[in-house]
Amino acid sequence: MIYENKPNLTNMTQQRESLLSIKNLRVWFELRRWGFGLAGHVRAVDNVSFELGRGEAIAVVGESGCGKSSLMKTLLGLYKPTSGDITFEGKNLKDFDSEGMRSYHARVGYVQQDPFGALAPFLSVERILEEPLIIGGVKSKEERLQRIKKVMQEVKLMPFEDFLGKFPHMLSGGQQQRVVIARAMIMEPRFLVADEPVSMLDASVRVEILKLLRGLQTTHNLSVIYITHDLSTVSYFSERIFVMYAGQIIEKAKVRDLLDDAKHPYTVALLNGTSEPDANNAKTFKEVPPGEPPSLVKPPAGCRFHPRCAHMIAGTCDIKEPEEYEPTPGHFVHCWLYDKKQ
Amino acid sequence: MAENKLLKVEGLKLYFRTTGGNVQAVDGVNFDLDYNRAVVILGESGCGKSSLAKAILRLLPRNVGEYGGKINIDGLDVMELDDETYRKDVRWVKMSLVPQAAMNALNPVLRVGDQVAEPAIIHLGMNREEAMNVARKMFQHVGVPVDFLARYPFELSGGMRQRVAIAMALVTSPNLIILDEPTSALDVLTQANIFNVLKRLKKELGISFILITHDIATSSELADEVAVMYAGQIVEVGDAARFFDEPLHPYSKKLMASVPRLRGTKELEFITGQPPSLINLKPGCRFAPRCPLRYEKCDQEPPVVEKEGRKVKCWLHA
Repeated sequence: MIYENKPNLTNMTQQRESLLSIKNLRVWFELRRWGFGLAGHVRAVDNVSFELGRGEAIAVVGESGCGKSSLMKTLLGLYKPTSGDITFEGKNLKDFDSEGMRSYHARVGYVQQDPFGALAPFLSVERILEEPLIIGGVKSKEERLQRIKKVMQEVKLMPFEDFLGKFPHMLSGGQQQRVVIARAMIMEPRFLVADEPVSMLDASVRVEILKLLRGLQTTHNLSVIYITHDLSTVSYFSERIFVMYAGQIIEKAKVRDLLDDAKHPYTVALLNGTSEPDANNAKTFKEVPPGEPPSLVKPPAGCRFHPRCAHMIAGTCDIKEPEEYEPTPGHFVHCWLYDKKQ
Repeated sequence: MAENKLLKVEGLKLYFRTTGGNVQAVDGVNFDLDYNRAVVILGESGCGKSSLAKAILRLLPRNVGEYGGKINIDGLDVMELDDETYRKDVRWVKMSLVPQAAMNALNPVLRVGDQVAEPAIIHLGMNREEAMNVARKMFQHVGVPVDFLARYPFELSGGMRQRVAIAMALVTSPNLIILDEPTSALDVLTQANIFNVLKRLKKELGISFILITHDIATSSELADEVAVMYAGQIVEVGDAARFFDEPLHPYSKKLMASVPRLRGTKELEFITGQPPSLINLKPGCRFAPRCPLRYEKCDQEPPVVEKEGRKVKCWLHA
């Protein structure tokens, strides 16, 4: 069983040592008019805070344009935060010099969404996997080959003689994704960022890759941030879900709590919008909130979901930004409906 | 009987010529579709489902090795027609296509209204005025604000562009629309919206659909019937409700067991091995090398067995 609903999961999460801590993170991109003159900001990530425990898997769920990829790229050190802190193993990312940043990159693995686009077309599998080791300063050719073989065994690219000399286009989609995972794992990272790792794959291959990632996570005690727009795969993979909307995390909870008892109206809409194979679907229309996600340049005042929300409280939701409420232990939501004073 | 079927496909074959031999992308496909019904063609990538759409619409590349079989639309045997008559009288008139990634295939330098109106001008001989009026009506059907007619594709979101592509397929009022992976690149809520649009079109305009997809969960949003394709052949076809309850073919069973459920606790299964290359196929059942239930008989070509109105190509049901 992949998903184990351990009763002591709360305690486990609390006992877990924190690996990565994010506080009030903002990533804003400047918009310039004619190349100069500030025209505003794209608020891709706006005031996001969370803790990631060692060995914990979390899923960040949201629609395209909600800022989940910007969040991920900031965690990878590819974007500089506008404000806020990212702390990795007690050290602030801001304080890293270029050497420190390189060793940080070696401890963070990245699994891209489109495996074919992520692999250099003119490099063989061996060369693709060797590159990080060379950059990481592994001098001996012998040792590099040993490590390549070891990681290929882990991602089940066997027998390796068959794969080492191959180029990406000679591999199937599933095999390409295994190479991408192998490349992310070869520096033995502490945590892995997986950006929609299975969205381009067929149903059956999807399951293989999800199981592989879950297996790697448990054997290496890896922390994983799994970015997706597909809620149906989340319960097979992670322990907590964060839902993002318009640059903010609006709900955080353990997987079961969120799926069984979603609090935020947007999360409820997402759950209702997700299809399950059932012939009755064809007979009914789905309830979808009207409109589209807002522009991140001028997000709506107050709660950013209020223009689309059926439960909007006039005079509150459209004026003041909701704080974080905790209606049940461990279940956090940014929504005025859960304010006790209301 | 043949009169009340919208589409009858019999023994449809489409082989591609390559240096390695003929690729049997579509190999002896049979199915039919009633008026105002939707059939889903399910299959993994490389199983020939997009080639099937192309074969039905006769949108063929240059390297066709073999193309044959029977296609009957609305009582008209279209395989008898020459290419020019087919283009004039069948394609986009009797049926149209929303190709894969259609929303990214719109011409970036033309207003979407003109692009949607174009098929009506070409195929129905309307003047621009009339065609724009029809386009306006179609925009309303698919839920795009009418003033978007004058916009360019880049000014529209992905979901809106997909609706525009559907409007373009609708504008000549065909009876049948073939949708190739219409929502695979879209977000959950946008997907739900598009399926709402398709359901409404089916209900209000009585249109039939062939939906080609690998996504079993969302396919159930539209399906009246399900056909499962494997290695160029349809291995199972039948009523959607019964398919989702209990698929018959071992491949369909495995496929259903690999679908993640929102609140599922059952372990997901995957199919070991890979689909066969469509060149130089071995005789016998094409799924046999990966089938957990294979036995001696599977080396011979399996028969198509009819079981309570459903058809399955498997020795286990013979």
